[in-house]
Amino acid sequence: MDWVIGGIKSLAVLFMVLNVSAFLLWIERKGSALIQNRIGANRANLLGVMPFNLGFVNTLMADPLKLFTKEDFVPDKADRLVHSLAPFLSLFPAVITFAAIPFGDTIEIGGRVIELQAVSLDVGVLYISAMVSMGVYGVVLSGWASNNRWALLGSIRGSAQMISYELAMGISIVSMILLYGTLDLQEMVRAQGGLLFGFLPAWGVFYQPIAFIILLVAGIAESKRVPFDLPEAESELIAGYYTEYSGGKQAAFMLSDFAEIVMVSGLVTTLFFGGWQVPYLGKEGSGSPIELGSLLLTVLQLGAFTIKVLFFCWLQILVRWTVPRFRYDQLMSLGWKAMMPIALVNMFLTALVILLVEQSR
Amino acid sequence: MSAFLFYPLAACALAGALGVVLARNPVRSALSLVVTLFFLAVFYVFLQAHLVAALQIIVYAGAVMVLFLFVITLLNLESDSGVRERPALAAAGFLAGAVVAILLAKGLLDSTVPDARGVTLGETFGTTKVLARQLFSEYLVAFELTSILLLVAVVGAVVLAKRTVEEGERDEARTMAAAEAETEAAHRVIAAHEAAHDHLDHGHAPHSGPGHVHAPAGGHH
Repeated sequence: MDWVIGGIKSLAVLFMVLNVSAFLLWIERKGSALIQNRIGANRANLLGVMPFNLGFVNTLMADPLKLFTKEDFVPDKADRLVHSLAPFLSLFPAVITFAAIPFGDTIEIGGRVIELQAVSLDVGVLYISAMVSMGVYGVVLSGWASNNRWALLGSIRGSAQMISYELAMGISIVSMILLYGTLDLQEMVRAQGGLLFGFLPAWGVFYQPIAFIILLVAGIAESKRVPFDLPEAESELIAGYYTEYSGGKQAAFMLSDFAEIVMVSGLVTTLFFGGWQVPYLGKEGSGSPIELGSLLLTVLQLGAFTIKVLFFCWLQILVRWTVPRFRYDQLMSLGWKAMMPIALVNMFLTALVILLVEQSR
Repeated sequence: MSAFLFYPLAACALAGALGVVLARNPVRSALSLVVTLFFLAVFYVFLQAHLVAALQIIVYAGAVMVLFLFVITLLNLESDSGVRERPALAAAGFLAGAVVAILLAKGLLDSTVPDARGVTLGETFGTTKVLARQLFSEYLVAFELTSILLLVAVVGAVVLAKRTVEEGERDEARTMAAAEAETEAAHRVIAAHEAAHDHLDHGHAPHSGPGHVHAPAGGHH
């Protein structure tokens, strides 16, 4: 029975991540049009019979159809096996990272307590950083296997960037681990349930605003989007590491980019914005200002988590279409000379404060 | 761990290990090593060592092997580079491999594996808290010595890299000085050339071709 429940939860999470990622494709096209005062994707209409432009339905069907029916081109003298493998090495970690992120509190069905989280891991945070670090392979191998100099330059830029920003990301996560005293993401969300000073939700962002900004910026850099899209800067490197990809494999790269957006949003929500917690709401007997029955509360919490994640997805798209691209040396000096020292100082200060607070008790 | 999960996973790990040795292309060889490291992490998960599994992937698969791949792709190593042409190298490799294999076999044969059947693990077995408590109490000396070792390695790497940068700068300065000297020499030659032409125009100097005048410029280093 545990296997069945685990399977259902995993499939549900996978389904949600893939669908939100695909949906983001439409949000990005329409959102960029909104930001740039254009109309955006407006040509896809099913056989011309749709009475009005149901944009996202049509675009969501037309785009994958177009991508998957295109010719799958592999350049001459490319390493065919590695060339085909690379997009999936990029997609796989991006998609399975969400498994450790809790999307709700426990529910009880038929006397069985179920955690609303695909996998309850004691080392949830480490699992996420492990999967993020596996994402480098797709970038390195796609550039190398393409037998193209632009692609190789793009993959070198990409991997250097990802390794550099992983450090700042990891250190800001360490300060959150110090704050909550656990590596378990579900425990971290539970710790954000109360109120600060009686009115502010006890979310991580109010304790650690600097770590939040660093994690968000590093997360955007990890997903290689503007202003950090140097690995695929089209004016310099054609399309960077996926220059030589077309059709379905190109779609896999795009999907992994969007899945990384969802993953970063999920991580930020979980660590800094209370995950599935709804401010002021709590279980009966929890001492919250408003107490609700368990079913209604669960539904509200699932909704809160979804809204928070979608908000950060939208924020990342907004950043992508607002901020210009960095120069490569600016990117490196931001990562190594600004973000990493700030994150380190923030971590030491956090540790010091926690030590003082614990000693004063 | 149930056998029908263990054997396929073990087969994958072994296939990766074989791929490391048998692949002719260094990139494929490194990738096979990643596969093996990944499946080893899966075994750690089955043994309730979640922390070790996560660290295995972060450190080995996520950092060390990326560095390997980085070096291989940047140097663009050819397949089978060198070993086939150097039988001495191949023999040395075979010898070293054989020694390691013998030592491993001896270690495995000498060790006794405690019978784990029927043993129940506690709730906290393999959790981070328990592991950390062990690490920072019973194994504290080993832990601190390892961190000093890593620190020394990092400082050493920085010192080595820095020296080459300084040497590079010095080399650059030398090249600049040489280039300046060369330009000066060239100017002198051009002046002499012009002077010769002046003489030529006036019809006094003996006729010498421009090739003769330019000749010292090439050998002036």
